[in-house]
Amino acid sequence: MKKDAPWVMRTYSGHSTARASNELYRLNLSKGQTGLSVAFDLPTQTGYDSDHPIARGEVGKVGVPVCHIGDMEMLFAGIPLGQMNTSMTINATAAWLLALYIATAERQGVDPKGLQGTTQNDIIKEYLSRGTYIFPPEPSLRLISDTITYTVAHIPKWNPVNVCSYHLQEAGATPVQEVAYALCSAIAILDTVRASGQLGEAEFAEAVGRISFFVNSGIRFIEEVCKLRAFSQLWDELTRDRYGVTDPKLRRFRYGVQVNSLNLTEAQPENNIPRIVLEALGVTLSKNVRCRAMQLPAWNEALGLPRPWDQQWSLRIQQILAYETDILEYEDIFDGSRVIEAKTDEIKRAAWAEVERVMEFGGVIAALDYIKEQLVASHTERVRRINTGEQIIVGVNKFTETAPSPLYTGDSSAILKVDEAAEREQIARLRAFRAQRNQAEVTAALAALREAAVSGANIMPASIRCAHAGVTTGEWGQTLREVFGEFRAPTGIRGVTVASRNEGPVATQLEALRARVRRVADTLGRPLKVLIGKPGLDGHSNGAEQIAVWCRDAGMEVVYEGIRLTPEQIINSARDEGVHLVGLSILSGSHLRLVPEILAGLRDEGLGHIPVVVGGIIPEDDAEQLRRAGVARVYTPKDFEMVRILSDMVDVAETVAEHA
Amino acid sequence: MTATTRRRPLEISALLRFERQAIAAAVNLLEDRRPERQEQARALLDELAVLPVPAHVVGITGPPGVGKSSLISRLIARAAQAGKRVGVVAVDPSSKVSGGALLGDRGRMHVPPHAPVFVRSFAARDRLGGLSREAFSAVFLLRHLCDVILIETVGVGQSETDIAHIADTVVLVVQPFSGDLLQFIKAGVMEVPDILAVNKADDTTLARKAVAEVTAALSLERRSWARPVLAVSATTDLHIDALDAAIAAHYHHLRTAHVLDTRRAEQMVEWVVSEVMYELGRVGLAALGGSTGIHTLLERQPATWGALRRLAALVQRVEYRVTGEL
Ligand code: B12
Ligand SMILES: Nc1nc2c(ncn2[C@@H]2O[C@H](COP(=O)(O)OP(=O)(O)OP(=O)(O)O)[C@@H](O)[C@H]2O)c(=O)[nH]1
Ligand SMILES: [Mg+2]
Repeated sequence: MKKDAPWVMRTYSGHSTARASNELYRLNLSKGQTGLSVAFDLPTQTGYDSDHPIARGEVGKVGVPVCHIGDMEMLFAGIPLGQMNTSMTINATAAWLLALYIATAERQGVDPKGLQGTTQNDIIKEYLSRGTYIFPPEPSLRLISDTITYTVAHIPKWNPVNVCSYHLQEAGATPVQEVAYALCSAIAILDTVRASGQLGEAEFAEAVGRISFFVNSGIRFIEEVCKLRAFSQLWDELTRDRYGVTDPKLRRFRYGVQVNSLNLTEAQPENNIPRIVLEALGVTLSKNVRCRAMQLPAWNEALGLPRPWDQQWSLRIQQILAYETDILEYEDIFDGSRVIEAKTDEIKRAAWAEVERVMEFGGVIAALDYIKEQLVASHTERVRRINTGEQIIVGVNKFTETAPSPLYTGDSSAILKVDEAAEREQIARLRAFRAQRNQAEVTAALAALREAAVSGANIMPASIRCAHAGVTTGEWGQTLREVFGEFRAPTGIRGVTVASRNEGPVATQLEALRARVRRVADTLGRPLKVLIGKPGLDGHSNGAEQIAVWCRDAGMEVVYEGIRLTPEQIINSARDEGVHLVGLSILSGSHLRLVPEILAGLRDEGLGHIPVVVGGIIPEDDAEQLRRAGVARVYTPKDFEMVRILSDMVDVAETVAEHA
Repeated sequence: MTATTRRRPLEISALLRFERQAIAAAVNLLEDRRPERQEQARALLDELAVLPVPAHVVGITGPPGVGKSSLISRLIARAAQAGKRVGVVAVDPSSKVSGGALLGDRGRMHVPPHAPVFVRSFAARDRLGGLSREAFSAVFLLRHLCDVILIETVGVGQSETDIAHIADTVVLVVQPFSGDLLQFIKAGVMEVPDILAVNKADDTTLARKAVAEVTAALSLERRSWARPVLAVSATTDLHIDALDAAIAAHYHHLRTAHVLDTRRAEQMVEWVVSEVMYELGRVGLAALGGSTGIHTLLERQPATWGALRRLAALVQRVEYRVTGEL
């Protein structure tokens, strides 16, 4: 047999500015990476310019800021787009970033027809897990549909949508849930495309063929092989039966992958390397369902952002798999295995049953609240099992003793520190760009954009015009916000409880904690009331959801309002609600700006006596700084014992009450 | 505690200026069960009682997930726009097992940070499914400080009757999935509401059907206030102006028909009745040793009907007396 071609190898990266990210991309390509994967910063992902007040402290933090065509041109300077395969992790503003990419190609003298790459462009998993949504479901689906119909006609090799199951697993989904809800999302998208009437029958079949997936692969890699086989069979059947696609090539399940990062640990972080390798096997071993593209997290995933060397180590894993091992030399090694087939059937049947249940709700949009709750319930079960030791995580809840690590000593020298000057540089560049553009053209292009948004005409031509005219990301976003309105996704925590099985040591500890919470209520005069807040643009909700659910199960009254709140909103809620403690959860690196702002705001409101605790990705040096600023406690991923965290919170609230 | 962070004493004038810090502190006081705080709380409410009651108290009730919070968010926006002082009291259920509660309603409400809007969430606590006593007393406080109070109930069981004890106008929100509504009508829940809102009417066909159903069910009614049935959508803002107008019209009706004061007076009586029944029930149950006590008593003999009756009669040995004056 002829050796199979390796998958496209990528590294998910981008930070600080377009200039710095461009340098990084060229370095990565020189190391044998075969495609680009662009990480955008949160303001860009949520449609704000770098100088918007809400962007303060977030610019260039977890990705590259792209405010206008000047940024996009700089990002790809010296990288010929005609020969590049670029994946862009962009969703609510996908149509806009695609328009900027097309306009940049045109300025490079490249015919957009030949462009290759992917826009993630899956809004449903943003509502369910990832958090960078802007508009309500209906207009969001319409924007997705517009990019599909546009690319099918004008950029035939582009993957306009990567339906994502990846982020569902990161939010706790089981393999069955991952497959089922991703298929439901694909159905919502294709149904919208079909109903738009913009495509004929043959073109629609082409559009179906352009849908690709972005999946996850966890440590139970045999089950993952089966999951992917089930996924691919269901996709084949669904596209044939629901959409009448007759050409089997257009029904093929094509996917890219990022392996599981949720299980990567802060404790003994070197153990993450074997985890990543094993997870990569799940998506490469079986030829029939092998990934088309891969990106791997780094060993220091739970510590903070990876440095170039960390990313290189992960790229080398891919290269060793592809070029040193023999996995690319065989036909599918699982074909004919009864064991694999049985497991595949089991997942397939269960996933389809769940798809049908969602369809009974009226589809994925109507079922959003239900699905979110299912995900939180699964994640709660995962956390519970880790707490009881039913799920073993080496170095965390078992085999914890360790020799001193030469790789990691606990400070922040083992992660990338984004230069604080990058934000200033970016804003200066943005203001200079705005000053030199032709304002009349900008105004006209934005008027045309609004017109298209209102009339229902395809959004892409108007967006490409905006790109050339020098419109900014914030202006594009604001125009559509005015037409479409904004959305808040469900939190999913209401119906979820920890103690599905009321036994074992955790249940006993929880029971004892409840008794203590009741006693504290007597001291306080009323039940212990806490606010769990998620300030800033950060969408990482897992931690906050778990803390909220466990606090409730410990007998506390918990105010939780979901993600993306301004410091002002959190301060107002703390005041109006009369809480005894404020808990903040921040994972995307902007804690040093947001936390002091909230502490100051509380003091201004005369609420300086309310203790504040913070959890998330907080390097130890930053934690020290926060404690000095007045934060009572800081928690990080290594603090996995929920009852211990909770009783600690009770301690904090009680101590303050006694001194009041 | 240092001097800089010491909480200021409660001043009526600060409350009347709608200083939210003071309002929050006052509600904290109302919630506080310690005897000396209860004393202060009563004193505060008594002091306020002589002041006018400018607020229109609006109850928003309906099954879980129907869109109560989302609708309140739309109503807040309109009231704030009109320069009104708004108080929102949102009640969520408490867990029977843990006693804890997730208070998530305000997450669905957009609260303009600089307008006079005060939003407070309450757990239903031992008042399963209804409005807690704390929520009630908060409304008593806010009535003097606000132009409009919006109360969101937990939407099951007791809350329908509880809300009738405090609200001038009750809006029942339902989903446009047929069946739901007729069930409500049959179950007698329909006696309570003054306005019916079929939310999620962005799904037009279902909504139209639902409105037709309810309108038909109400068509035989002969009341001085013809209860309006409105199809609305909190998501798309559809007909929220009409809902807002209907709420205002009902208030106008109450005042012009001179029934507002009688309605409020009747509510007080009913509230006291339900409090007495609840309180005595609670004391009686405690006298029997709660569920566990009853369980033990019944273990000693077969749980026949007669035994159950005798058991309930045991409570009568607990003596009640009305002492003192109001
Ligand atoms: C899962 C995950 C996601 C999921 C989130 C799903 C969800 N709905 O939460 C998905 C896939 C969507 C995601 C996306 C992104 N992610 Co991410 N993600 C992670 C990951 C792998 C795990 C986080 C997690 O959920 N852990 C499980 C929970 C239970 O643990 P926890 O939050 O740490 O909480 C515990 C403690 O910290 C503490 N705690 C936390 N909060 C609080 C609050 C209180 C009050 C208390 C008492 C305690 C407490 O108690 C908890 C109990 O154990 C981390 C890396 C890692 N392994 O930690 C990266 C990570 C956080 N992500 C990262 C990034 C950059 C992103 C993106 C921004 C990338 C991009 N450019 O687009 C996106 C966008 C997300 C957004 N909108 O903000 C970075 C952040 C880097 C930084 N801080 O500098 C990390 C560190 C990965 C990395 N090394 O690059 N991510
Ligand atoms: N399609 C549609 N969805 C709506 C509408 N109003 C609310 N929703 C959605 O319904 C769900 C519940 O909305 P809430 O406003 O929280 O409903 P609620 O009645 O306050 O819910 P509980 O407080 O949990 O009982 C959310 O997902 C909303 O987005 C509407 O008019 N149309
Ligand atoms: Mg609600």
